[in-house]
Amino acid sequence: MRLPDKGLIDRSKPVTFRFDGKAYSGFAGDTLASALLANGVKLMGRSFKYHRPRGVLTAGSEEPNALVEVLDEGQQTPNTRATTQEIFDGLAAKSQNRWPSLRWDAMAINDLAAPFLGAGFYYKTFMWPRAFWEGLYEPIIRRAAGLGKLLPKNDEATYEKAFAFCDLLVIGSGPTGLMAALTAARSGASVILAEEDHLMGGRLLADDQKINAAPAMDWVVATLAELQSLSNVRLMTRTTVIGAYDQGTFGALERVGLHVPHRPDLPRECFWRIAAGQAILASGALERPIAFQNNDRPGILLASAAQTYLNRYGVAAGTRVTLFANNDNARRVARQLLAAGVKVAAILDSRPDASALEDCPVYLNAAITGTKGRLGLTSITGHHADGDFQIETDCLLMSGGWNPLLHLTCHQNGRPIWRDDIAAFVPKPGMIPGLTAAGAATGQFSTAACLAAGRDAAQTALGKTAEMALPQAEDTPYTLTALWNVPGKGRAWLDFANDVTVKDVQLSVQEGFSSVEHMKRYTTQGMAPDQGKNSSVGALAVLADATGRGIPETGTTTFRPPYVPVSIAALGAGARGHGFAPQRFLTSDQASRDRGAPMIEAGLWYRPSYFPKPGEKTWREACDREVNMVRAAVGIADVSTLGKIDIQGTDAARFLDLVYTGTFSTLPVGRVRYGLMLREDGFVMDDGTTARLGENHYLMTTTTAAAGQVMRHLDFVHQAYCPAYDLRFISVTESWAQFAVAGPKARALLNSILDAPLADFSFMSCGVAAVKGVTARLFRISFSGEEGYEIAVPTSYGESLFRDLLARAETLGGGPYGMEALNVLRIEKGLITHAEIHGRVTAFDIGAQKMIGKKDCIGKASSQRPGLFGPEREQLVGLRPVSDKQIGAGAHLFNPGDAVIRANDQGYVTSVCYSPTLRGYLGLAFLKDGRARHGQRIRLVDHMRENDVICEICDPVFHDAEGAKLRA
Amino acid sequence: MRYSGFNVITQGLFGNKGWKPAWRDAAPKAEYDAVIIGGGGHGLATAYYLAKNHGLTKVAVLEKGYLGSGNIGRNTTIVRANYFMPGNSEFYSHSLKLWESLESELNYNVMHSQRGQVVLFHSDGQRDTAVRRGNAIVNQGDDAELLTVDQLRHEFPYLDYAQTRFPIYGGLMQRRAGTARHDAVAWGYARGADQRGVDLIQNCEVTGIDIENGVVKGVQTTRGPIRAKKVGMLAAGRSGQVAALAGLRLPIESHVLQAFVTEGLKPVIDSVISFGMGHFYISQSDKGGLVFGGDIDMYASYAARGNLPMVEHVMEAGMTLMPMIGRAKVLRSWGGIMDMTPDGSPIIDKTPIDGLFVDAGWNYGGFKATPASGWCMAHLMATGQSHDVARRFRLDRFRTGHVMDEEGTGSQHNLH
Amino acid sequence: MRLNCPLCGPRDRREFYYVGSEDYLNRPAPDARADAWDDMLYLRTNPAGETKDLWYHETGCGSWLLVTRSTTTHEILSTERIADRKGAK
Repeated sequence: MRLPDKGLIDRSKPVTFRFDGKAYSGFAGDTLASALLANGVKLMGRSFKYHRPRGVLTAGSEEPNALVEVLDEGQQTPNTRATTQEIFDGLAAKSQNRWPSLRWDAMAINDLAAPFLGAGFYYKTFMWPRAFWEGLYEPIIRRAAGLGKLLPKNDEATYEKAFAFCDLLVIGSGPTGLMAALTAARSGASVILAEEDHLMGGRLLADDQKINAAPAMDWVVATLAELQSLSNVRLMTRTTVIGAYDQGTFGALERVGLHVPHRPDLPRECFWRIAAGQAILASGALERPIAFQNNDRPGILLASAAQTYLNRYGVAAGTRVTLFANNDNARRVARQLLAAGVKVAAILDSRPDASALEDCPVYLNAAITGTKGRLGLTSITGHHADGDFQIETDCLLMSGGWNPLLHLTCHQNGRPIWRDDIAAFVPKPGMIPGLTAAGAATGQFSTAACLAAGRDAAQTALGKTAEMALPQAEDTPYTLTALWNVPGKGRAWLDFANDVTVKDVQLSVQEGFSSVEHMKRYTTQGMAPDQGKNSSVGALAVLADATGRGIPETGTTTFRPPYVPVSIAALGAGARGHGFAPQRFLTSDQASRDRGAPMIEAGLWYRPSYFPKPGEKTWREACDREVNMVRAAVGIADVSTLGKIDIQGTDAARFLDLVYTGTFSTLPVGRVRYGLMLREDGFVMDDGTTARLGENHYLMTTTTAAAGQVMRHLDFVHQAYCPAYDLRFISVTESWAQFAVAGPKARALLNSILDAPLADFSFMSCGVAAVKGVTARLFRISFSGEEGYEIAVPTSYGESLFRDLLARAETLGGGPYGMEALNVLRIEKGLITHAEIHGRVTAFDIGAQKMIGKKDCIGKASSQRPGLFGPEREQLVGLRPVSDKQIGAGAHLFNPGDAVIRANDQGYVTSVCYSPTLRGYLGLAFLKDGRARHGQRIRLVDHMRENDVICEICDPVFHDAEGAKLRA
Repeated sequence: MRYSGFNVITQGLFGNKGWKPAWRDAAPKAEYDAVIIGGGGHGLATAYYLAKNHGLTKVAVLEKGYLGSGNIGRNTTIVRANYFMPGNSEFYSHSLKLWESLESELNYNVMHSQRGQVVLFHSDGQRDTAVRRGNAIVNQGDDAELLTVDQLRHEFPYLDYAQTRFPIYGGLMQRRAGTARHDAVAWGYARGADQRGVDLIQNCEVTGIDIENGVVKGVQTTRGPIRAKKVGMLAAGRSGQVAALAGLRLPIESHVLQAFVTEGLKPVIDSVISFGMGHFYISQSDKGGLVFGGDIDMYASYAARGNLPMVEHVMEAGMTLMPMIGRAKVLRSWGGIMDMTPDGSPIIDKTPIDGLFVDAGWNYGGFKATPASGWCMAHLMATGQSHDVARRFRLDRFRTGHVMDEEGTGSQHNLH
Repeated sequence: MRLNCPLCGPRDRREFYYVGSEDYLNRPAPDARADAWDDMLYLRTNPAGETKDLWYHETGCGSWLLVTRSTTTHEILSTERIADRKGAK
């Protein structure tokens, strides 16, 4: 029910929204919860397990009951707190976890079966017959469980991530936070003030306090105006700090576009990483409920929530209100309701010695033992100092005292300290380096104390001692007598969201689950969307009582990030579609796409798969043609993805001798040598060629896959083992565009394009050439088995050189070739890639043990361990099917006649191609004692592709084994 | 007291007053035949099988905190047998078979659910690797099938096949893989061990290992000295500290692995889905939360908590693979301490000290290994011989080079 | 998590690659016994508390850093470039 003239809503801006299909109106500044309450709607949700009807319990992000699905643009957001969702014109929400409707939910039958569904019941049953678990029991449980519904369709909305930096992060904008921010801001520090709510002011927004003898909101408005005017201050509303991470890093979620109709230019949320020199936690405190029988009906809420609805939103949560409390603070709420003209039926104070000043019936020594009203509270019963009572009431406010909101201080495994005087945990100082809790978050509940705490915390954090006058404010002490639960029959809820009752906690102790973690896990207490913010301390108290331990000895479970649930979309912003990883494009990329080449991922790169010609129906036709073209004429391939590392210095040669198995100090200038690089554990890391461009100048190439790893490795070997070497190196992978020119007409093609024709340039030569005046590097190396060259030009010339090479190649019967043909060419030649060098392979396995020379090198010592060589190891071989059957990589090898079981496994196939050159399938494989078995037969079994083929074992070099073509 | 639907109903009718503690809260005795250091899943399973398979009942499990407080209580609950290296294949195969009868074995519903797990691949080369793995699994006698993109679309229509950075080429499916309720596994083994006479001793930290002339004699604890003929170290991420009490240095580095669960949602993801390119795996629990995780944080840590870079990376992987999960909200994140070995495979072996055994190095795959680890460690402790399916899990394999490196990433603990 | 690179200043953890403990610095002589290589490559003291480990400023200056820090609190006690450390050859 809306009251006149109260609240911080804008009554000049009515807003229309829908809930469960029905239209309602509210005002700008309302939340969904406040607007529904204003419309007399109390029933907003159903509980998780028993499907109990529920209304709002709170007025904040800790809400356990009023969770709804919010609809937008063909999507929906489940489990949205009605208490934080601001309304806007067109907002549509619906209730969740009910069928067929919120008022009539078939699953409420669980409530009747409650005696059988207590804590942990499912561990004791559903075991027979075995097949019924997956077939029957589990599907039923899964359908009944869960809360809101996630649509199985892509979330196409926009989300963002950002970094921010500051000297001081202030978390929370109540009196403590505002005062801390003001103190820091005036000192000149860069300040971020983060507030979860859409208005700054914290508790002051919900109360009717005075500061400096004027309404507290006047001070809030003036303070915010000053902060806003300062360039060193950033005010962030709708921003929840969700985690405290190492070295002053905080995660924060900003709700950017959730409070307005869909706007394509606005992200829904932004996830912030804030690096803060210091931080002040001014998060305040949360009121806690009291457990008594059926304390979960719609219309029963926290006193502080009702106070918020009254003062902030001008809404009376009921027409005949009762209050059940154990502290003076909550009594203020009743007085404010009375002052606003709301009928207060009774104040029930659990304390025998409390005052009785209000203008309504006040009962002391009171306890509620039962409530009535299926979809909304109608009456309560209990007893007080004068006997039993029954009171007709549609709204019951509870207050069991306050819990400081200390969660962030525990995100790094810190444990809070119990304070008996306020019956609550408070943060232990110093649990997060650089973070200081202040104000109500530490159990200081008066406004005056909070203002002082905010100022002091900022001054301490920044080491500034400038004078700051404190405003005058209320300073009444906070007193309470702990009351956790009213003993009695029936179910008394602790965890509203997960339906955990006092009995569940007691049963868990009865069954031996009496440590706090066992109780939590057995009952699921505190594991619901509110993460126990409303229930944990109460549950601990019940546990302590049931075990006979005190609360401090019982301890707490660990508070973990995030402080409030955060959407996966916000945390993963930017990764949707192609944003997940960088995309690297060759200079020839467009030219390849222009020719219709499908581009495939090669690590982060995109490379052309093949270059289709008109009439070719399959990739194989194109691939075969390209292979034949290279073997018969000339082919061009962009090989710029290979890692290129420029190495210079008088110790460059020594260094290469250390990182390669081979010797590079003896390599003449102008020559190229194949190099094998081992990891220090003796296995092969990578291979490639290294050219000696000058006496003290080498250019190393790596495979595409290992480029980053090799660079890291070289930096390590240099800095760890030989930092005094005269040595510099840098990755030049992206500085040079490099193209393979391969085939019998390769030389002719190059001569047509080079400014000066090739002179004596034998296999494994390197040198400098010029193309139309542009300096190029030329290497005579081959990954195809044909006469081959690689020509490199500065990247900016890459595309034009590639297009020019293709045009000239085509006049010679050649053209481009893609990854598929490149793969066939190298398999025909028995050359290995990372399909073979997969990290478990040794030099022995690939027949390169002789490349490990007498000198020391990285990995040499380890490569001589017994596990890395010998007949038990699988060795690289070639395979040719004896029939014309297709074979596939990944098949395993067995001796013909042996059973196909693991124990008989002889090896596996790593690479396979159809060879147009040899007109048949070829495979590279690792086979036990393979080099000794050339000429024998082996059975290739591929269950995955349902293939079973006899192959002949052969040398892995299928084509031009003597290398005549290479050296032509 | 036997657990059954009948007992749940009769107890329910009488106020659930008759349920007894699931296990005794035992106090330490002066001497045992065997002492297990570590009351996690593997330790409890070892104690259970020592009693059940080998008739040892003078057994104590010593737990520093509460039973099941280690990685058994903080994992993403995936159960599978999809390894390809000899030594791993037969071990995990054995483990999966034990899982399949664990409820009846323990009379405890651990909610083992064979919902299937698919591992996606994203290139021709990855397909070949998946085929190799699938063939190895079938050769071992377990199940694997290669799914085409069309088959995947049918079963997993919500994956992003059109736009994702690393297109989906197919998947390797194991139908017998799935999930289980992790805490229940610890509690089930604890209850079973307790019923067979094992003493489960909580809040009992081992502070020393007594060794005389190279022979173990017992342990020192915060609850007094305990003599023992045999001592098993099953301390997972804390193995380094426990082994140090015996003067041993293990091939283990402890790392933090984070995992995540969302708020409860109606059923939307049926099987376990693994996304290799993003190192991301996800399933949905029976309660409705999406349970998912990624790689370790990549720095040595005992803090049991991680940092944002890996949190964000995991979420980013989820968003590129299956953007439908964007609106789900992460409810809780947590971290466990992973005992990472330099080849990614575990150790179940004797130590150089007579009577002292070690079961460790589970990297972040220890949950699914729980039954077989207990089975094989019990066999080793009881008979002095390695069980056949665990015979390659040797301590000295690193020195000799007989490493079992499924990932092929070499002697760097955090890469496995 | 943030680390202080001696050359680049405080940087986010995302810029760094982690390899493991300082043991990798202790490369044995080529003819050392197998145990020495075992110590370098595989065995770890794995302390719960102060440790020294190796981080590479991969997307920064390319320095390998020896970082002294706590594995229990994640506090960074000091960072230095391995090339500048005492005893570097």
